[in-house]
Amino acid sequence: MTEPTHPAAQQPELVQLLTPEGERVDHPTYSVDLTDEELRGLYRDLVLVRRVDAEATALQRQGELGIWASLLGQEAAQVGSGRALAPDDYAFPTYREHGVAWCRGVDPLNLLGLFRGVNHGGWDPNEKNFHLYTIVIGAQTLHATGYAMGMQKDGADSAVIAYFGDGATSQGDVNEAFIYASVFNAPVVFFCQNNQWAISEPIERQTRIPLYRRAAGFGFPGVRVDGNDVLACLAVTKAALQNAREGSGPTLIEAYTYRMGAHTTSDDPTRYRLSDELESWKLKDPIERVKAYLVRSGKADQPFFDAVEAESDELAAHVRKGCLDMPDPDPLSIFDHVYADQHPLVEEEREQFGAYLATFEEAH
Amino acid sequence: MGTQITLAKGITMGLRKAMENDPKVLVMGEDVGKLGGVFRVTDGLQKDFGEDRVIDTPLAESGIVGTAIGLALRGYRPVCEIQFDGFVYPAFDQIVSQLAKMRARALGKVSLPVVIRIPVGGGIGAVEHHSESNEAYFAHTAGLRVVACSNPVDAYLMIQQAIVSDDPVILYEPKRRYWEKAELDESMTLDQAPPLHSARVAREGTDVTVAAYGPMVKTAMEAATAAAEEDTSIEVVDLRSLSPLDMDTLRGSVERTGRLVVVHEAPVFLGMGAEVAARVTEQCFYALEAPVLRVGGFDTPYPPSRVEEDYIPDLDRILDAVDRSLAY
Repeated sequence: MTEPTHPAAQQPELVQLLTPEGERVDHPTYSVDLTDEELRGLYRDLVLVRRVDAEATALQRQGELGIWASLLGQEAAQVGSGRALAPDDYAFPTYREHGVAWCRGVDPLNLLGLFRGVNHGGWDPNEKNFHLYTIVIGAQTLHATGYAMGMQKDGADSAVIAYFGDGATSQGDVNEAFIYASVFNAPVVFFCQNNQWAISEPIERQTRIPLYRRAAGFGFPGVRVDGNDVLACLAVTKAALQNAREGSGPTLIEAYTYRMGAHTTSDDPTRYRLSDELESWKLKDPIERVKAYLVRSGKADQPFFDAVEAESDELAAHVRKGCLDMPDPDPLSIFDHVYADQHPLVEEEREQFGAYLATFEEAH
Repeated sequence: MGTQITLAKGITMGLRKAMENDPKVLVMGEDVGKLGGVFRVTDGLQKDFGEDRVIDTPLAESGIVGTAIGLALRGYRPVCEIQFDGFVYPAFDQIVSQLAKMRARALGKVSLPVVIRIPVGGGIGAVEHHSESNEAYFAHTAGLRVVACSNPVDAYLMIQQAIVSDDPVILYEPKRRYWEKAELDESMTLDQAPPLHSARVAREGTDVTVAAYGPMVKTAMEAATAAAEEDTSIEVVDLRSLSPLDMDTLRGSVERTGRLVVVHEAPVFLGMGAEVAARVTEQCFYALEAPVLRVGGFDTPYPPSRVEEDYIPDLDRILDAVDRSLAY
């Protein structure tokens, strides 16, 4: 006897444009019109971000990173939504949006700095309109909403995307963000990657209903998209961003996907989930289906795939070398940037600690 | 030419001036619009600056501060009102983990010019959660600046200084003193104002320094007047800034008097008085004639209003501590 499917796992109206087998299908509402070059570009993005992720995981295993939060399995959700953004749009990530960072043009080494422990982020968010990673679950959804309220006041023709996961939907901040965005009609897209697991807790521990349906209660549209389908993620996110820009307010997108790896390198998923589940999701791999489609439709040939492979090796080498070359911060740098303006206590402590450290130098 | 204003009006006028000077200044909070705030501090602002700049927010404090952070990232200068001191805790994460730390997280590449106004302290006969003094939580957090005004003129100036600061500032407003009056010279500009993070000798004296801030400054002044009748000369220092502390002014006073009593409404244990005592002891050890004493609220939840006058330090408890200090 099979268990009845939990309501949260039901698959009504899952927007899909590319099946797991790599077959292009139509959807009554959403479509993409991409050139062959753009399609190949998406494939390249997917492969490269997975390669960066694998390299970072290896670097962690070799002791070069303190921890790494893998995006394995979520490449399509991140590349699809990331490539939907216009340059003036603004993204507020969690700590796992390496694929979105890639799409925004943020060097992966910036991300590694955080996980290596040489800084807490440190990139200029305004350079690529990609905010710093936020580690407290869901907190960034309010920042995203506030930022969108600011865009609205400026009369800007742009929108914000807020990333978060299924676990975050239980947070008060995320629900407050929904409310603020709703009542102020803020131009923000809430992009939830439902990867089925909040560390060890399954989606059933967060919700009784499919997450996208929650939007109705807040008064804006919710849509569930195949999170392993890069084309569908691109189409749905583009439409939601455009609606936001045009003054139609927020949308909740639930990208239905799967965290194929551990929560982070510190986690051991064998303690709480069966390998069968992983195996079934491997059949829905976000990259394989694009490759199958490109091959079958003749939109890419072997030299292209070889070139992407070679490029990914180069990128991995860049990431590895950059990581190993990353210097530890100067101890006194911890006093920098706490405040914008001069602060007597910070200056006093900097001076005292500097003098203390200097006593060791004199001893040599 | 001066006009008589209340402390609440000082904040209102300061907000108005800041909003006139900079179109990026926003006011946001619960009931700050049409109602003008439960203490009427934002009275008239929405009428004059519009709903786009004076924003009645949903009833969610984390949302107020969290969206203010986003607005600040977009280039705005939000001034958030937390309706009562005890309602700031739902926003604690946004203040402590986000607002305070984001600049360091970005290695200085973003600024968060957010002001959080908190009506603070007891003495108004309110129900639970409306009379708390929680400044130590925020003064303990790197990245925040924490200040407390005690009089109408400071209220007028400090709110403006807080708004032009590129760092997040928490401004504590002594709600019990909202209706205290003083003369304000409106032509005074921020250039002429004392620095935001300076303490002030509110009354000169020679025997004992009493350091206080916010609502307790008035009580300390009354204690000094009473003590003078018995030939004890109390110097009152209004700390004004709780983070950072103006140690120069404090040190100068303690070196003159040799004695220090710190007064606040917040519980004594790990309160501001503990930090002041430790620093003064370290820096003025040879000038001290007595240990630094503290007078504050008790280490209990804030009591029901019928007994709050026993909880809040009053003139007699301050003088008792002054006597104990002099007895060393």
